[in-house]
Amino acid sequence: MTTSHALAPAPTSGRSPFASVLRQREVPVASALVVLVIVTTIANPLFVSPQGVKDLMLNATITVIMAVGLGTVIITNNIDLSVGSILGLVAFATGTVFAAAPDIPIVFVFLIGLAIGAVLGAVNGFLVTVARVPSLVITLGMLYIYRGLNNAWAGGQQYFAGDRPAAFGRLSVDTVLGIPIITVIAVVVVVLVAVFLARTRPGRDLYAVGSDEEAARLFGIAVSRRVVTAFVLNGTLTGLAGVLYASRFNSVGATTGTGLELDIVAAAVVGGIAIFGGSGSVVGAAIGAVLLTTITSSLTALGVDKFWQQAIVGVLILTAILVERIASIRKARRLRTSEATNA
Amino acid sequence: MPDQTVTSAPEASAASPSSPRAGARDRDPSARAERALRRRRLLTGRGAIMVWALLATLLVCALTVPRFASVQTTGFLLLDAIPILMIAMPMALVVITGEIDLSVASTAGLTSATMGVLWAAGWGIPEIFVVCVLIGVVCGALNGALVTTVGLPSLAVTIGTLALYRGLALVVIGDNAVANFPPGLTSFFTSKIGGTGIPTVMIGVVVVILFFGVLLHFSSFGRALPAIGFSKEAASFVGVHVGRAKFWMFVSTGVVSALVGIYWTLRYSSARSDNATGIELAVIAAVLLGGVSIFGGRGSIPGVVAGVLIISSISYALRLGGISDVVLNVVTGLLLVGSVVTPSLISVVREKTRARRAARAVLARSAEHA
Repeated sequence: MTTSHALAPAPTSGRSPFASVLRQREVPVASALVVLVIVTTIANPLFVSPQGVKDLMLNATITVIMAVGLGTVIITNNIDLSVGSILGLVAFATGTVFAAAPDIPIVFVFLIGLAIGAVLGAVNGFLVTVARVPSLVITLGMLYIYRGLNNAWAGGQQYFAGDRPAAFGRLSVDTVLGIPIITVIAVVVVVLVAVFLARTRPGRDLYAVGSDEEAARLFGIAVSRRVVTAFVLNGTLTGLAGVLYASRFNSVGATTGTGLELDIVAAAVVGGIAIFGGSGSVVGAAIGAVLLTTITSSLTALGVDKFWQQAIVGVLILTAILVERIASIRKARRLRTSEATNA
Repeated sequence: MPDQTVTSAPEASAASPSSPRAGARDRDPSARAERALRRRRLLTGRGAIMVWALLATLLVCALTVPRFASVQTTGFLLLDAIPILMIAMPMALVVITGEIDLSVASTAGLTSATMGVLWAAGWGIPEIFVVCVLIGVVCGALNGALVTTVGLPSLAVTIGTLALYRGLALVVIGDNAVANFPPGLTSFFTSKIGGTGIPTVMIGVVVVILFFGVLLHFSSFGRALPAIGFSKEAASFVGVHVGRAKFWMFVSTGVVSALVGIYWTLRYSSARSDNATGIELAVIAAVLLGGVSIFGGRGSIPGVVAGVLIISSISYALRLGGISDVVLNVVTGLLLVGSVVTPSLISVVREKTRARRAARAVLARSAEHA
């Protein structure tokens, strides 16, 4: 089929493999991350001690999974502002399940969390596609609805780490080859979703929908079904993040995950996913999430006032969209010249 | 008289068209038809529906919730509604031009933090106010320049400046809180006009509402804004300075957010870096509920005012009724989703019936010919 060819990244023929690697969208954000880690390490060698690296990975895990999920939605030129509320609901559900059935196998808890996330994501996707209303509005409404449900359900109740089986809590403590188990899960998620987007027909279709919905429809792509797919995938991954959140953090309650949505959008945007869809990769989004979470620890290690952290995050987001803008202008110019020379 | 402030607007809008005798004197049928159309739109347009909904909400609350119809309710309800009501005005105009500004709450936070630091450093209140407004101008101008001059998407830009301005607020004041503002000033910001329960600062808020209402509905600048939202190309083709108009809209959200920062600081007499955190989404929810299209191109100030007041009235009524106001989230969400999904579903159904009718007509005609 021609879709995957038509939508492949800028033609790289006639360039050395090295140059084409440099042209990858993930390069700017990945280099920023590398520079950040190197500079911090020079200033404070403890930064890359085994414990330090483990902390960095643990801190990034949940954001990475959510940024990957939201990335797929943004690629279709939609947005899901309700992810913080979904995470909260799933995290509280996890606590409730353990309170009700302390001996339940952990696998079932994960399945329940994924299922709740998938259903909530499906509701978003369904409303967005059926009502033909921008996802910003629908998911802003769903942010309030899901949060309200969480409030009504949880009330003042909180579940603490002690309420959960020790094996569940160990997920975010134990390591495999020095890598925390939940980080391994996150890496697997990133790889799977990246392959889905880059190598499968439905995955490539998400880019087509995001760059030009009308053209995608004319081309015969089931636009609505693809958009729902992206929302369900996002919900499922947010559900996974919710379960991991319950494992990693000490308590879950009515306000868990409040205000998270804009952080996740920021991670995706910094990772090079264009806010109006059609381009970017979830690997980039994942690196963006790692970058944003690493800055906190870096500043502490560098001895910079922690108050600067958020301002720097803001500057990073603005830089990222500027880079994106410049890249797209240059690409448009290159396409024009190549068209002119071909003619 | 709790409803005093809110009933005046719909009465005014209902009063002008309800004088058909003046129209009957006019013999020109086309002018009469046009006037009838305008009258119908004034009474059944999206903005008007929101005003009716607000009246119904207030009536139901006053009848069913004990103590809702009271002077205290008016005071607390309006004091709580003011930040969202204020920012919703310029935000409505920004959304009508097809853009969005998520950085408003952070601008208010930055203003509040700066106020605290300057006050602690011994500055006078008038100078502080001037600096605050200037901060609003600069924050808004940066958003505006990035969106219009550089041509970046406003959603992404203002997510960036949301983090940046809040971050700067933290840099300015850190973990500290400044609370020792002059009591005369802070009590002025919670004082009421006579025995009406209406906060004194409401006068300023009404000025802001009138300013943006007149700007949008009665000035040539404002009439061009929906055109920009409909089609940027078409608008610039007929001579609208699209970039300039959007730039000034962002500056206006910045300035009004700064005013809200001042209000927030003095009302709670506390300057902190996290003041007004998260109200950007509440403002946008209220604006969309008030009938402004997220696509741009459509919306009215009376509708937005009604939208804000509906949310805050229901919230306050629930709280008075002993229902936890956290559940209100669901109400806000359902109102928002319902208000955008319903018209869309209706138009889908209408479109389908029309298509079916057209198909039937074609069939009937072809049967006639055969």
